[in-house]
Amino acid sequence: MSKIKKITGQPLFLPIFCMLLVMAVNIFYDLGSGRFAFNFFTVSIRNGVLYGRLIDILNRGSEIAILAIGMTLVVSASAGTDISVGSVMSLTASLCCMLLAGYGVASTNTLAVPLIVGVLAGILLACVCGAFNGFLVAYLNVQPMVATLILFSAARAIGLLLCNNLIVYVRNDAFKFFGGYLGFIPTPIVIAAICIAVVSLVLKRTALGMYIQSVGINKDASRIAGLNSEKIIFLCYIVCGLMAGIAGIVASSRISSADSNNIGLNYELDAILAVALGGNSLGGGKFNLAGSIIGAYTIQAITTTLFALGVSSDQAPVYKAIIVIIIVAIQAPPFNAWVKRLSAKKALAKGGA
Amino acid sequence: MDNKVILTMRGISMTFPGVKALDNVDFTLRQGEIHALMGENGAGKSTLIKCLTGINAFEAGEIRVDGIDGPVVNHSTLDAQKKGISTVYQEVNLCPNLSVAENLFIGREPKTKLGTIDWREMTKRSEKIMKDLDMQVDVTQNLEEYSLALQQMIAIARAVDMDCKVLILDEPTSSLDDNEVMKLFTLMRQLKEKGVGIIFVTHFLEQVYEVCDRITVLRNGKLVGEYPIADLPRVKLVAAMMGKDFDDLASIKSEETPKFSDEDILIDAQGLSHKGKIKPFDLKIHKGEVVGLTGLLGSGRSELARVIYGADKNQTGTLQVNGKEEKINAPIDAMKLGMGLLPDDRKAEGIIGDLSVRENIILALQAKRGVFRLLPMSKQVEIADKYIDILQIKTASRETLIKQLSGGNQQKVILARWLATDPDFLILDEPTRGIDVGTKTEIQKLVLQLAGEGKSLIFISSEIEEMLRTCSKMAVLRDGEKVGEIVEDLSQETVMKAIAGGDGNE
Ligand SMILES: Nc1ncnc2c1ncn2[C@@H]1O[C@H](COP(=O)(O)OP(=O)(O)OP(=O)(O)O)[C@@H](O)[C@H]1O
Ligand SMILES: [Mg+2]
Repeated sequence: MSKIKKITGQPLFLPIFCMLLVMAVNIFYDLGSGRFAFNFFTVSIRNGVLYGRLIDILNRGSEIAILAIGMTLVVSASAGTDISVGSVMSLTASLCCMLLAGYGVASTNTLAVPLIVGVLAGILLACVCGAFNGFLVAYLNVQPMVATLILFSAARAIGLLLCNNLIVYVRNDAFKFFGGYLGFIPTPIVIAAICIAVVSLVLKRTALGMYIQSVGINKDASRIAGLNSEKIIFLCYIVCGLMAGIAGIVASSRISSADSNNIGLNYELDAILAVALGGNSLGGGKFNLAGSIIGAYTIQAITTTLFALGVSSDQAPVYKAIIVIIIVAIQAPPFNAWVKRLSAKKALAKGGA
Repeated sequence: MDNKVILTMRGISMTFPGVKALDNVDFTLRQGEIHALMGENGAGKSTLIKCLTGINAFEAGEIRVDGIDGPVVNHSTLDAQKKGISTVYQEVNLCPNLSVAENLFIGREPKTKLGTIDWREMTKRSEKIMKDLDMQVDVTQNLEEYSLALQQMIAIARAVDMDCKVLILDEPTSSLDDNEVMKLFTLMRQLKEKGVGIIFVTHFLEQVYEVCDRITVLRNGKLVGEYPIADLPRVKLVAAMMGKDFDDLASIKSEETPKFSDEDILIDAQGLSHKGKIKPFDLKIHKGEVVGLTGLLGSGRSELARVIYGADKNQTGTLQVNGKEEKINAPIDAMKLGMGLLPDDRKAEGIIGDLSVRENIILALQAKRGVFRLLPMSKQVEIADKYIDILQIKTASRETLIKQLSGGNQQKVILARWLATDPDFLILDEPTRGIDVGTKTEIQKLVLQLAGEGKSLIFISSEIEEMLRTCSKMAVLRDGEKVGEIVEDLSQETVMKAIAGGDGNE
């Protein structure tokens, strides 16, 4: 009993357990369809680049992983979620592509402004969006869900306006790089890795991680102890916006366009799910970044697996919803109390025997 | 006393990770008695109570309640309530953002014929409850509008209003003033007459001798014994709790009153005020001086200290620190000037529940250093261990979450947090709240030692006795106004007189 409890009590138990489950499903599926059992794990080089289902998951999961970083901090500091990240991704892509192509141009091969200008402008706008959300939540005390609902509905529309209601295509190799390949590795994997590394390093080398958790757990006490609670919450939302911006550029580069209506669609849900799956309480406070990252790739693995199993993309959300329900239930206090009581009863029975 | 036994707990054991909180403890409660449950911080008093009310699951033992066949295991406070056990926990656990009336009636709201909540009836009954207790409270206001003391009284009122056979009060008087304590005692005696058995936990020994009939003492999770009150005089009680002889009333202050010169003024407040709460006041605090703030409940003792610290926004007036005029906008500004504030509401403004003891201790020091200068882990460990040792904080390890500590030990951690910042001026708002006799004396000594090192302190306590033991000057407050200072001739009498409204001498 105590051994099981030790394992299930580990902070990374939930995400790793889910990940293993998905892998097991894949192995059985491959076996069942008469393929090599570890087909899922084989990585090969085709056309000079890495190839395989695992690589595909890491690649496609990049955006969710990047978003999950920002979402983790926001959830921790403000006990609420930023539901605008998907829309902000789209807005970033729109601004970037509009600048690169020129206003009103639907398709281009040559860049109207240097690549870096477009990309940075897009990301900067995303940061501004984050700051807007952060201001509402931290300084005006608006509920995070309500505050971010504004950009959730508006950002995509603004993007569409910027693009003059067009789907702007930027067919340019330089722009394609962010969703393409760096040598033989998919660039998104590298970008996600850099984001994760930088944020982890900052959290490790500064007191920011402790500040964020402290504010998330008890805002008033943190203030008395000398922390600027508002500023810390504000900052978390800016970081969340920044991450949404980076993810937006990657997503847009993949399809060489700014498809306002589709880029980042429902990504906020995946990001929130990644955070929950990572063993983080959506009630704020303590966070576990590694958990969220594993959670993000697990979600992508689920999606990829569902597609491999032949589930259509319309139905995939149903399965995801089932997973969400299970996770939320596992985290719910009544369930915890029930498990505790069960184990206490067992211990009692053992003691009596 | 041959009263009928209404509650027995036999051989109760309970283990938290790393701590045996209760080890084979017995407890018996009789009808119409007030039974004190005593012990040092972390002795297991609250845990025993929580085992009874179902918050903690005990591993071994048996509980029997009069009128119920067979052993009883409660699963929640509500469960216990249905069996006639009503509880006021150590930490007020009401809903701050609900009205007083709602808090009084949560879970048992009066209903109309349609089955909806009968708000008028609820307000009417709430008002009656408050009036019976002689409390001036607008029951439609949110609970958070009121001070911790009033919140505590409201929690008590709620528990008492429910029909019960057993009433449990876990340190209900920790933030109450003499007046409120008297009200509570009258109430307890009335219930006793009606045959209710009351379990009373407190660290105020005088209160035990005033109302209790019987004492059960715990030490380190073990039962020391059960005694009729007459068999256990104060000295013996202290010895039973601590496991050694100890004189908690011995004088600790040096006899001669220290003299301060004007060059030594550290804090000089002129016309400092807080809109709506504190009228403009002047206050000078010298280096090495301990100033007590005293006054009735709600007179603004805490608020006045908080104005200096900038804990609440809208500070007006001028404040000189070390001869220089300073403007404090947020606590961090005050900290940079060498100040510290130990707030009175430990749960709301003190502890960061889900962080470890270590993190809670170094938090203020880290905030003072700034986000980019992270204290190296080795240093954090060193500081945490140092204060765990000095203040004898009882914790399984330095990485234990602070919320898992007993109330008194949490208080010590917060004190450690401020000591770690090495402040020149420390405001202690009820620093000994919930702290056991032995440690209380240690903290009083610490206050004098800090003063001896040339640090200035503000000391606020509901216990005048305690302030007399430490302070060299007292400021008296009434209705948010500083009405006087007592420098010479500090005694229980002069202070009481000044508080009650005789003219505070100068
Ligand atoms: N939730 C918890 N998790 C782990 N340990 C706990 C928890 N609650 C209490 N303990 C431990 O159990 C022991 C007894 O704690 P308890 O709260 O019963 O003390 P107490 O007698 O009420 O002290 P105080 O006078 O300070 O309130 C302490 O050592 C404490 O650290
Ligand atoms: Mg206790």
